Amino acid sequence: MSDKTKPAFFKTALFRALLGIVLFLIVWYLLTAVLKLPRFRMLPNPLSVVKEWTSFHPVSGRSIFTLPYYMDIVYSVARVLAAFSLATLLGVSLGLMMGWRRIFYDFTFPLVEIFRPMPPISWIPLAVLILPGIEVPVVYVTFIAAFFATVLNTLLGVLSIDKNYFLAARCLGSRPIDVFRNVVVPGALPFIFTGLQISMGIAWLSLVAGEIIAGQKGLGYAIYEGYSLFQFDQVVYYMFTLGILGYISSAGIRAVGRRLMAWEARRRGM
Amino acid sequence: MSESVMAAQRPAKSASTRMKIILEKFFNFKTLRGFSTVVVFCVLWQLVVYYEVPYLLNLPRPLDVANNAGASAAAPDYWINWGLSLMRIFIGFIAAQVIGIPLGLAMGISRTFKQFTFSIFEILRPIPPIAWIPVAILFWPTRELSIYFLVFIGAFYIQILNVIQGVSNISVNVKWAAYSLGAKPKDIFWRILLPGSLPSIVTGMTVGMGVAWNVLIAAEMIAAQGGLGRSTWESYTNHNIPYIVVGMASIGLAGSLCSVLLRWLGKRAMPWTKKF
Amino acid sequence: MTDGKKIPGAISIRHVSKIYDPEGVHVEAMRDCTFDIAAGEFAIVVGPSGCGKTTLLNAVAGFDTITGGEIYLDDELISSTRYQIKPNVDRMVVFQNGALFPWKTVIQNITYGPIVQRKMSKAEAYAKAREMLELVCLNGLEDKYPEELSSGVQRRVEILRALINEPRVVMLDEPFRGLDAVAKTVMHEFLMQLFCATPRTMFFITHDLDEAIFLGNKVVIMTTRPAQIKKIVTVDLPWPRQHRVMNTKQYIDLKQEVLEAVHEEARKAFEAGEREMA
Repeated sequence: MSDKTKPAFFKTALFRALLGIVLFLIVWYLLTAVLKLPRFRMLPNPLSVVKEWTSFHPVSGRSIFTLPYYMDIVYSVARVLAAFSLATLLGVSLGLMMGWRRIFYDFTFPLVEIFRPMPPISWIPLAVLILPGIEVPVVYVTFIAAFFATVLNTLLGVLSIDKNYFLAARCLGSRPIDVFRNVVVPGALPFIFTGLQISMGIAWLSLVAGEIIAGQKGLGYAIYEGYSLFQFDQVVYYMFTLGILGYISSAGIRAVGRRLMAWEARRRGM
Repeated sequence: MSESVMAAQRPAKSASTRMKIILEKFFNFKTLRGFSTVVVFCVLWQLVVYYEVPYLLNLPRPLDVANNAGASAAAPDYWINWGLSLMRIFIGFIAAQVIGIPLGLAMGISRTFKQFTFSIFEILRPIPPIAWIPVAILFWPTRELSIYFLVFIGAFYIQILNVIQGVSNISVNVKWAAYSLGAKPKDIFWRILLPGSLPSIVTGMTVGMGVAWNVLIAAEMIAAQGGLGRSTWESYTNHNIPYIVVGMASIGLAGSLCSVLLRWLGKRAMPWTKKF
Repeated sequence: MTDGKKIPGAISIRHVSKIYDPEGVHVEAMRDCTFDIAAGEFAIVVGPSGCGKTTLLNAVAGFDTITGGEIYLDDELISSTRYQIKPNVDRMVVFQNGALFPWKTVIQNITYGPIVQRKMSKAEAYAKAREMLELVCLNGLEDKYPEELSSGVQRRVEILRALINEPRVVMLDEPFRGLDAVAKTVMHEFLMQLFCATPRTMFFITHDLDEAIFLGNKVVIMTTRPAQIKKIVTVDLPWPRQHRVMNTKQYIDLKQEVLEAVHEEARKAFEAGEREMA
């Protein structure tokens, strides 16, 4: 009776995903605008959020048609990019060295392990006090967060490489630098890229905290400002903006990873 | 030949050899190297402060930090802060497990359920927990509850992702073997799926704990009363600079303790894994 | 096969022992092993599981130290209790579970050795690799990644990667383990074709007794742990060998001899395991 080659649209994954979103929006709307349950009374409802987000004259002065919105985005994105790039550069280098050479690991691991458990956000007071200006502390805190995550994942990546590859490379006459370029780096790449996605997420997290506590301008700062000015619609659509940017940056990293690791892609038959 | 058989053939170890082995564990090159880097770091720190290196002018002296640490350890307020932070972490974290693990299992087991819920999940997930602060404050009647909620958010998403992956990692063969041995769906769940996804659940807890701790400190700095994060922030506004460092170290220590506890629990729960 | 030229690659193993973790768990893997492999000889090492065959290979290859005795390669000391030459091109290893670099294509893998040692330019190495692939009918696979190939093909590529470097000794640790019987016959043909074309010392570990006698001209049988040399059986069958040789009386007698020796040791190993659990 039902056509086996093409399932009804109602049963596809896409439909269900959309249905899930729609249901969520409906429930949200009901709870905030219609039923006005006690807790939910203060929260903005989806319609007003969308209205503000797309209005030409938003109450808060920030919507997709106004410049300040994009300025906020640019500030935040620039900070994340700066911190993330530095963290990747230093973190991957350190992680590779620690994984490859035991002596290096012995020297650096205890120091790293003392600083790594300190939540990046706890660095904010010290950073603001010591480092010059406003931008540098915020970027620094974001950097620290992404840095340690990257180091750890890179280290694990190197340690995960099957020892036989090293032995085979030696038999084939490699010098240490050849082993590094041909075994250590490609072997750790999958872990490194997973780590980069994680550290990107962590970078955004720390950035927002940094902006709220110590920054000026930027999405995090605007969220808190919106809250203190009772502009809750703005708060919500700024949250979604963060979500979208976070998703795009992770997807970007994944795409770069797929290109660099062509052998993984082919293995999964993509 | 077995190891126990060969153990009988091993030459007996004298007390002095055993002593030597223990000493070697602590005073070998490895620990020496690590120790030396820490020492070098402290020396550099002292030099930077002493010579008033530009850009790093406000760094406190190591000695002041040490003194402050001693004073804090003696003050009851300090330990009350510890208690507050720890309580917040535990409540939020456990809530994330209690809600997250069953949800994750459901999403891992039932494709239909996952199809409905995953889209919302993936849209809300990239929103940094800290961005939830205003909404949390608006929604929850008390400040404390909103903090628990934020910690919950931190650990929740990570746990769900790990649980989903844990369920999918269980080899189909194990399930089929169970069925052919006469298992019913209920048995499959309790005896195969749950123990099989345990490693992923524990990984989710470990990573989630780290994130939760991060979120807690941020939330405390922004919106709480009491707690290690709050006190560190207040020492900043009060210009009690050495305590800033002490606060940071305390936070790091508290976080490490939680992670160690979690790891220990993990090993107890999964005696069949040698490496964790 | 032998053409009067002096081939390098004679291995001398003299009273070699290996004890893991002498102060701690004290596992005696090898005890007083002594035997020789002549240059250009195809030597097979057999024995019960876990008896120490891989330990011996690791010692000769330079992956691991030894706690007693000496190992010589062409009368040069390559390993002793105080001295060890690190792994190099002279003793090329083909690993049990395969160690083709997954992030390199077939041709990149094969040409890795010559290029990294600066023995050939990239163009020369690629040409030589293509030639070798053509010779064994594996051309067309140059730009594939190892994961895209079947295990049989992966194995052969790994052997080519080893041979292009013209090592003095090729050491193979159960390279065809896990391949089905049909694939194995192709592998044997492949290996024999290469061996007959350019004879080279082979150190081949296996469990498969048919494979041992079919391929080798010397079968070294090791005892259960701690490993010692139980018996050395010389296989005098003429080269090149074809599968019908497996039906000749000489072959069957040789196999019986090897089988009895190995079976005895396997029995002992099994009983030792059983005693543990009782």
